[in-house]
Amino acid sequence: MQINTPFFKQRAHDALHDENLQTALAKLKTGFPEKRAIAVERMPEFEALRNQGRDLKNHIMEHLDLYLEQFETKVIENGGHVHWARTAEDANQIILDICQQVDAKTVTKGKSMVTEEIGLNDFLEQNGVQPVETDLGEYILQLRQDHPSHIIAPAIHLNLEDVSEAFHAHHNRPKSSDPAVLMQEAREVLREKFVAADVGITGANFCVAETGSTIIVTNEGNGDLTQTLPKTHIVVTSIEKVVPTLEDMTLFLRLLARSATGQEFSVYNTLSTGPRREGDQDGPENFHVVLVDNGRSEMIGTEFQEMLRCIRCSACMNHCPVYGAVGGHSYGWVYPGPMGSVLTPQMIGIEQGGMLPNASTFCGKCESVCPVKIPLPKLMRHWREDEFQKHLQPKAARYGLASWAFLVKRPALYRCFTRLSNWLMRSWAGKKGRLSKLPLASGWTDWRDMPAPQSQTFMQAWKQQQKTGDRS
Amino acid sequence: MSTDSINAQQPTMHSNKRSQTSRRDIFNNIRRGLKADSVDTQRQQRVTNRLSAKADNLIPARSQLPVAEQVALFKTMAIEAAAELIELDNIEQLPQACCDWLTQHQCKQLISASTPVLRDLDWEPLTQQQINRTERVAQAGDIASLTTSFAGIAETGTLMLHSNAHSPTTLNFLPDNHLVVLHRSAIVGSYEEAWKKLRQQCFGDNPDQQLPRTVNMITGPSRSADIEQTLQMGAHGPKALIIFLIND
Repeated sequence: MQINTPFFKQRAHDALHDENLQTALAKLKTGFPEKRAIAVERMPEFEALRNQGRDLKNHIMEHLDLYLEQFETKVIENGGHVHWARTAEDANQIILDICQQVDAKTVTKGKSMVTEEIGLNDFLEQNGVQPVETDLGEYILQLRQDHPSHIIAPAIHLNLEDVSEAFHAHHNRPKSSDPAVLMQEAREVLREKFVAADVGITGANFCVAETGSTIIVTNEGNGDLTQTLPKTHIVVTSIEKVVPTLEDMTLFLRLLARSATGQEFSVYNTLSTGPRREGDQDGPENFHVVLVDNGRSEMIGTEFQEMLRCIRCSACMNHCPVYGAVGGHSYGWVYPGPMGSVLTPQMIGIEQGGMLPNASTFCGKCESVCPVKIPLPKLMRHWREDEFQKHLQPKAARYGLASWAFLVKRPALYRCFTRLSNWLMRSWAGKKGRLSKLPLASGWTDWRDMPAPQSQTFMQAWKQQQKTGDRS
Repeated sequence: MSTDSINAQQPTMHSNKRSQTSRRDIFNNIRRGLKADSVDTQRQQRVTNRLSAKADNLIPARSQLPVAEQVALFKTMAIEAAAELIELDNIEQLPQACCDWLTQHQCKQLISASTPVLRDLDWEPLTQQQINRTERVAQAGDIASLTTSFAGIAETGTLMLHSNAHSPTTLNFLPDNHLVVLHRSAIVGSYEEAWKKLRQQCFGDNPDQQLPRTVNMITGPSRSADIEQTLQMGAHGPKALIIFLIND
């Protein structure tokens, strides 16, 4: 997928003026968070589950190599194959080879963000294999040659009319604007694709080391048809998804649906263990797991190791004021919102992804709803430091920070400066007490007035209180 | 297991070498990051312990109720998830109950799992209504299927089903309507209890056995909110999930 992260500012600006998008985002901001809040309230142990989830993920990352070895051993014992891909290119080539081995012409796909991350669809298409997305949202996007703007609700940026037009253009049926009719239409069209596909590709929410199983968590049932009907099932997932036992997987399942859609449990939670068994009447004959790294193993032992706890629930973006204002496409690559702002620089480099960790108000809401308590603001701050050290920020930001640093390291000068600017701003604001224009601060004053400072600086007020003994 | 024996079981393909190189690099990265080597016995021991203990994590109080309340909770949660619940006194009532439901919904066909408990019933009521009962895998266009379930999980009104020679997985997903038998005695409180039951059935005393190819946890019928964030029932899986709860 093309990288557009350096254009975050322009894209965010456009998004703010896109009425359709703003309507969709308004719906999102109340929808998911409200449902999550209700689900959390119904589960009094939710906070304790979050703590256990965090601790278990930490344990897994400290023993990641060993759990991965165990998972690999079990998949092979079950008659499946395990492939390792350090880069996106490795993963694509491995998947293509499996498809070519079975002479695959069409491949059905369940929803998978890892395949978005590696750009699988384009690669398969360029090499003569036709991928067909089967998740309703992803299917709509594929018809429109569009990309997901949300990790679990991929077509959230589109409205009913967009879907209606896309179906009308591709399905050769009368145009409808009834969501129920449109869904039935997709159901019928995709039924044929499910049955005709040579290979089915799904992601995995977790890989269970104990049994060598992978699990998908869905509501539509498309992932299940994708992995059951074709002769070959390829699971494309990433190395941090491994969990020790079925009980450990269960802990995360309790957290996942509630944090994501606010459901008590997703409709379909399906474990796949190897290929079909002797006597089975259906199910795939070949079972492959492609374990993608793509920068993750390099996060181990660094300050970003905590990010590997992420279970891709989307709670952070559902609650993020920035995501809620500009939507997922503004972020310019695969993963949007707070989790994307931490992951993207790791995967495409801070040189290109540096805008994202800066696109945050640091309000902390993301961390407060994260089911595995990832300190997302702290991790974004690490990226900002990294960016500053590598001299990658815009000149204005660098000079601004440097001047500020010069001042604060000289307390007397700093106090003098704040007193002066304080007096200047107050006189400028006049009786109104508000500034409608301020040099170097048009980003603020173009949209709202800046309140003039109090009559005293903090240091002045502090000194006075010390003198009078008033410490209340 | 050593690297060599793993590679011996990999299929021969162009990307085999790519996979091996990747594997080496990934493990090197992880071990370097963790400042650990592969023969650290303490780390090994912790992993072995966790895998063999299969210990429960926190189980919500809601899932640890007395049996009667568990059954009540299962019913409430299943209905909340939009499943249809039909209670029967015994399994012999199933053919008539299926017949009633299918007739009401104008279905002339029932694709059934070949599970002995279903096969052995007297299906005369269907014949009388000229409803065709067939035992096979599901195909596109099938209207209704009948399977049994392995467990019912009260915590969220979830059914657990698994594949075997008698119960192909396609029956759970392709037909428009999925009819499922659940015995009251198969209702458990938590997912954890269901896993223990499943391990007992699949592994017995032999931990080298494997899980069935597919284990499904199903909570209500298929749905999607991908069109304008409006929830619609009946996406790609069954549009209706009918649970026959047998109170014997």
